[in-house]
Amino acid sequence: MSIRAPKDAYELGIGMVHQHFKLIDVLTATENIILGEEGKLNIKAATAKIQAICDKYGFDVDPNKKIYNMSVSEKQTVEIVKVLYRGADILILDEPTAVLTPQETDKLFMVLRNMKADGKAIIIITHKLNEVQEISDRVAILRQGEYIGDLITANTNAQEMTDMMVGRKVVLNIERPEPLNTPSPRIVIENLSVVDAEGVQKLKNVSFTANSNEILGIAGISGCGQKELLEAIAGLQPVTEGSITYIDESGASKSLIGMDPREISNMGIALSFVPEDRLGMGLVGNMDLANNMMLRSFRKNSTPFTDRKDPTHLAETIVSNLEVKTPSIDTPVRKLSGGNVQKVLVGREIANSPSVLMTAYAVRGLDINSSYAIYDLINAQKLKGVAVIFVGEDLDVLLQLSDRILVLCDGQVSGIVDGKTADKNEVGMMMTKLGGEDANE
Amino acid sequence: MNSKVKEPLFHVVKRDDITRAKAWAIRLVAILAALVVCGIITFALTGDNPLSVYATMVTGAFGSARKTWVTLQNVAILLLISLAITPAFRMRFWNCGAEGQVIIGGLAAGACMITLGSKLPNAVVILLMIITSMLAGAIWALIPGLCKAIWNTNETLATLMMNYIATQIVAYFIIVWENPKGAGKIGIINQKSMVGWLPEVGNKYLLSIIVGLAITAFLYVYIYYSKHGYEVCVVGESERTAAYVGIKVKRVIIRTMILSGALCGLTGLLLVGGINHTITTTIVGGQGFTAIMVSWLAKFNPIAMIFTSFLIIFLGRGAGEIATVFELNQSFSDILTGIILFFIIGCEFFISYRIVFNKKKGGNE
Repeated sequence: MSIRAPKDAYELGIGMVHQHFKLIDVLTATENIILGEEGKLNIKAATAKIQAICDKYGFDVDPNKKIYNMSVSEKQTVEIVKVLYRGADILILDEPTAVLTPQETDKLFMVLRNMKADGKAIIIITHKLNEVQEISDRVAILRQGEYIGDLITANTNAQEMTDMMVGRKVVLNIERPEPLNTPSPRIVIENLSVVDAEGVQKLKNVSFTANSNEILGIAGISGCGQKELLEAIAGLQPVTEGSITYIDESGASKSLIGMDPREISNMGIALSFVPEDRLGMGLVGNMDLANNMMLRSFRKNSTPFTDRKDPTHLAETIVSNLEVKTPSIDTPVRKLSGGNVQKVLVGREIANSPSVLMTAYAVRGLDINSSYAIYDLINAQKLKGVAVIFVGEDLDVLLQLSDRILVLCDGQVSGIVDGKTADKNEVGMMMTKLGGEDANE
Repeated sequence: MNSKVKEPLFHVVKRDDITRAKAWAIRLVAILAALVVCGIITFALTGDNPLSVYATMVTGAFGSARKTWVTLQNVAILLLISLAITPAFRMRFWNCGAEGQVIIGGLAAGACMITLGSKLPNAVVILLMIITSMLAGAIWALIPGLCKAIWNTNETLATLMMNYIATQIVAYFIIVWENPKGAGKIGIINQKSMVGWLPEVGNKYLLSIIVGLAITAFLYVYIYYSKHGYEVCVVGESERTAAYVGIKVKRVIIRTMILSGALCGLTGLLLVGGINHTITTTIVGGQGFTAIMVSWLAKFNPIAMIFTSFLIIFLGRGAGEIATVFELNQSFSDILTGIILFFIIGCEFFISYRIVFNKKKGGNE
């Protein structure tokens, strides 16, 4: 029996919830769920059936709500209900918690337990080992597309699973080294507001300071303004109000408002940015490694021609220093795995000897080994005195790595906490409610 | 559970990588297959011997010194138009307006010849022709370029529409400048004084060929070794990446369209001032569109374009000869050209994908 199309899978009772949702924004939950069904259209009956599924497992979703009005967690619920509606007995969930707050994750796990009790088989793909331990009965471990083995979750621990994933002993702690020099303000942001091209307010009155010799973590559920914040600093997002000031080593300050990336670099400010969209923004997927290195340096010489020698040399250095797995430096970067793509991008950005390094979801989709390699690189930059702004989605990582954590909620600063003392639940609540108050109701 | 799913006989898999030699082998097989199919069809429809038909194609293109030169000149013109649209195409700006950009460049050159021919010395007229024809082509490409850069309009539609406007403008001026009066055409311009006729280099065909090769070399360096060429490529691949590294996307779009249009205008100059010494509404003859295929087939590589434009011209001239020699309808040669192009373009599929045949299995596993 082979499965050639999603339709075949549905007929066999297998349904999958993808990490990136496959929903049509302008349709309601019900319309999305019955999309692709053959036969006579009966929305009322479908809505009733959907309501019954929701009640049975404890889902909280309004079948008549349009997708574009929904939060990420609601959209995910719709995806799961869709799969159940089609009669799936085997559910595959790909990184379902990546976009959820801790509280929403708890709710999802509760529903999953209900489904398990109902006799469904659930496969959950995750990179967070604490979730594996919390929700799973058995765990299968893959390494580079190879099946390594499966374990009874109750009889194993995070260390054993990690060792199997990596293939050797690894230390699981993320370091937070003490800075070598006293942090001093590097980027000062005051009352920053951003309204995007569609007229939606993305940032409102954001004020904070990013210091040198420090990692400033930024936490928040997806879409709460992290992207716009970093792009505003990088000169890619027009600012409606407020100021962004860069303070150099000697204490002189320069305003970054209204500057594009080229003007910022012409002012002598080494601002490095590892954007969320690696192949769509940070790199050019169809170009080889050397050409991608050239993105930052191609203007350096004064002739009308590009110099390929230095970028080629840089590509070779990055491949050997960061252990990038690639057939050659002439390979288009889109053919590399996610971890290697990220090493190439981070490698290029830190090769610039930055004074500010911004990273967005630097370890998303990366295996443990690559993730730790990236954390090490970021820590090394901090020790060099760089002001690091680290946007992350995994609160455990943020709490272990960051010196301070700025929590965003709906485009506003919900609070700034100390990474050493902050509590995960406290941060989680600040992510959903400004200041974290009233979140216990 | 019962299987409702049938195992298909084969499925298509994307190739990871293919060596250059293998890719060319596939193309060669495609051309051979096309010749076989053409042979069968020729024999079935006309009863003529396919081999002698093919021999006639070669004679048609290279049968005499004059035929060879004309073939090479035609290759040069098609090559020039293909080269002209290539920078835009590398930027993923689908310039379908080469037809109009060439003819408007030709019109500018013709206008200089007609209006200034008796007033200014030959050298000055020719200099003005070069400037105005490139300027006219550049403006014709710049208009859709600006629309794209400022309002993000669809460049395919805009460039296509500009073709019709250009043709109608030419039609209008043909009536204004018709010679003799009432002929409805311009006729040979400055037939006696030969003012504005581009100088012959060696023979009357060589100038276009030299210009074609020079522009090929220029564009090869421009695309692969210049900062501009690099920026064009980055903008084409991802405008977001371009903005991220501080490339001014709008400026690159405008700059590249000016280059693309100016090269088209230059080709128009060669057509009017160098080859035909007149202008008609059909002087470009659809080559602005054929050039799109030439450029694509060459994967936007200027050097490879020499071969692809040669192939297209050879097929066209060979097919034309068949029609005359075997007293077949002109449509028949178009059929042959169509079949051959179908195979050549179709084989690109097998270069990107491969077919995997599924093993026969007895029932379900």
